Amino acid sequence: MSSTDAPTPRRTALDALHRSLGATMTDFAGWDMPLRYGSERDEHQAVRTRAGLFDLSHMGEITVTGPDAAALLNHALVGDLASVGVGRARYTMICRADGGILDDLIVYRLAEHEYMVVANASNAQVVLDALTERAAGFDAEVRDDRDAYALLAVQGPESPGILKAVTDADLDGLKYYAGLPGTVAGVPALIARTGYTGEDGFELFVKPEHAPQLWEALMAAGADAGLVPCGLSCRDTLRLEAGMPLYGHELTTELTPFDAGLGRVVKFGKEGDFVGREALTKAAERAEAQPPRVLVGLIAEGRRVPRAGYAVVADGKVIGEVTSGAPSPTLGRPLAIAYVDAAHAAPGSTGVGVDIRGSHEPYEVVALPFYKRAK
Amino acid sequence: MSNPQQLSYSKEHEWLSAAEGGASTVGITEHAANALGDVVFVQLPEVGAEVTAGESCGELESTKSVSELYSPVSGEITEVNQDVVDDPSLVNSEPFEGGWLFKVRVAGQPADLLTADEYTAYIAG
Repeated sequence: MSSTDAPTPRRTALDALHRSLGATMTDFAGWDMPLRYGSERDEHQAVRTRAGLFDLSHMGEITVTGPDAAALLNHALVGDLASVGVGRARYTMICRADGGILDDLIVYRLAEHEYMVVANASNAQVVLDALTERAAGFDAEVRDDRDAYALLAVQGPESPGILKAVTDADLDGLKYYAGLPGTVAGVPALIARTGYTGEDGFELFVKPEHAPQLWEALMAAGADAGLVPCGLSCRDTLRLEAGMPLYGHELTTELTPFDAGLGRVVKFGKEGDFVGREALTKAAERAEAQPPRVLVGLIAEGRRVPRAGYAVVADGKVIGEVTSGAPSPTLGRPLAIAYVDAAHAAPGSTGVGVDIRGSHEPYEVVALPFYKRAK
Repeated sequence: MSNPQQLSYSKEHEWLSAAEGGASTVGITEHAANALGDVVFVQLPEVGAEVTAGESCGELESTKSVSELYSPVSGEITEVNQDVVDDPSLVNSEPFEGGWLFKVRVAGQPADLLTADEYTAYIAG
C-alpha cells in the first residue's frame, strides 16, 4: 500500500450487524457507517411516526475530570458549563481565539467533577487537541474516550415505550437534555434524552462489546411498535426538517456563533476568561450594528433539489448560499437551509430562488424549523 | 437482482430494449437505481430531441445526489414516460418495467453494449 492510499475506514462494534442487514455503507469522517438499510424515505417516516434505531458510534466522546473540570470547560468552551446541573446536558460550541467555530458539542455533566463532551466525528481530534492544550494550568484531566463507547440512538414517538421494555431506569423522570446512568437490556449504559431528529428519543452510550446485544434487544423490544434500523441518510433529512445545524454545512471555522444566528450559546456573563471572548465580543457588536446573513428555510415550489453550495438569488443577484438541501419526506417537497442577506430573510420574502445548475427555481422563504413535533 | 436477458446494457447502467415499432425503450438498471437511493426527480429529454450515445440527455436526482442521465444510443426521442416524471419512485420500484424513461428511434447500430450476462459480470467485477 502506498502512502497516498486513504487509511482503512474504522468500523463500529455493530459493523457485522449492519452488513447482515444489507446496509449500504458509506465513508463518513473516516468511519464506515450505514447510509441506509432499505429506502431512506421509509426510515425517515418510521422515525417521524414510530421509531428508528441508529448506530452513532462514530461520535467522539471526551471525558473531562478533576477538581477544575468545570473551570476548564468554562475556559475552553463558549458556554457556562459550571452552571449545568449534575445529570443534565447542554448544547455548546468550542471556538478559536478569532471566534471561528471549531465544533458544536453536547456536554453532559455526569458528576460534580466529571463531564462527557461529545464532538462530531469529523472534529473529534480537533476538539480533543484543543481541550488538551487549553487544560494547561487546570487541575483536570482530558481523556480520549472515543474507543470506550459505542452510541446507539432510539428516536421517534414510540421510543419511550420501547426503551421502557428493556430498562428499569426512570425514563418519565428523565427530562429532555438530561442523562442518567442505568442498565438497559442487562448492560450498563448512560441513558440520555437527546437526539438529532426533532423527535423525542434517547441516546445510549455503552461499552462497544455490549453494543450488539443492546441493538438486538432494542430491535426485539421495538418489533411490535415498528422500530426499524436507520442510516445516516435519513438522519440528515430528519435534522434538516428540524432546522438543526450540521458542522461543515451551517457551522464552520469561517463563522462565529453570532454569524450563525446562535449567539445565545456564548455566555459572556460567566466567570473567568474564555478562549475567543475578545473576538466574540466584537462579533456580537458587529452583528448588532450590521445584521449578518441570516439562516433561513427555503421550500421549493418545484421538485428540483437544492444542494449545499448552490447560490440563492433574487432579481438576478446572488443574495445567499444554500448550506444543506434535500427532498423532504414529511413536506413532500425539496427543502434548503441557506444563509441569505437580511433584506431577503423575512418569511414570505418574494422573488427568492435557488440557482440549480443554471436554472433559477422559485423558493418560499420560511422561518426554521420546517418541522416541529406535536407535544 | 437479475438483469432481463432480452435487454442490452451500457456501462453507464442504462438498459435498452430491442426495437419495437421503430423505437427502443431506455431505462436505468436495478443496480443503478439501488446505488442512487430513492429517486425524487427525473428530467427527461423532449420528444423530437436528438440524443447522442454516451452523452448526457437528462438528470436523475436522489436524496443525496444528482446524476446525469446518458443515452445508450444515438437517435431521436419518440416518447418519454410521463408516469415516471410524476412519480420518480417508479425508477426504484420497477426499473425494468413501469420505471422506463424514454423511447428512442435508434440511428445506426448501437456500439459497445453488453448482454445481460456481460452486464451482470461487469457490475459484479
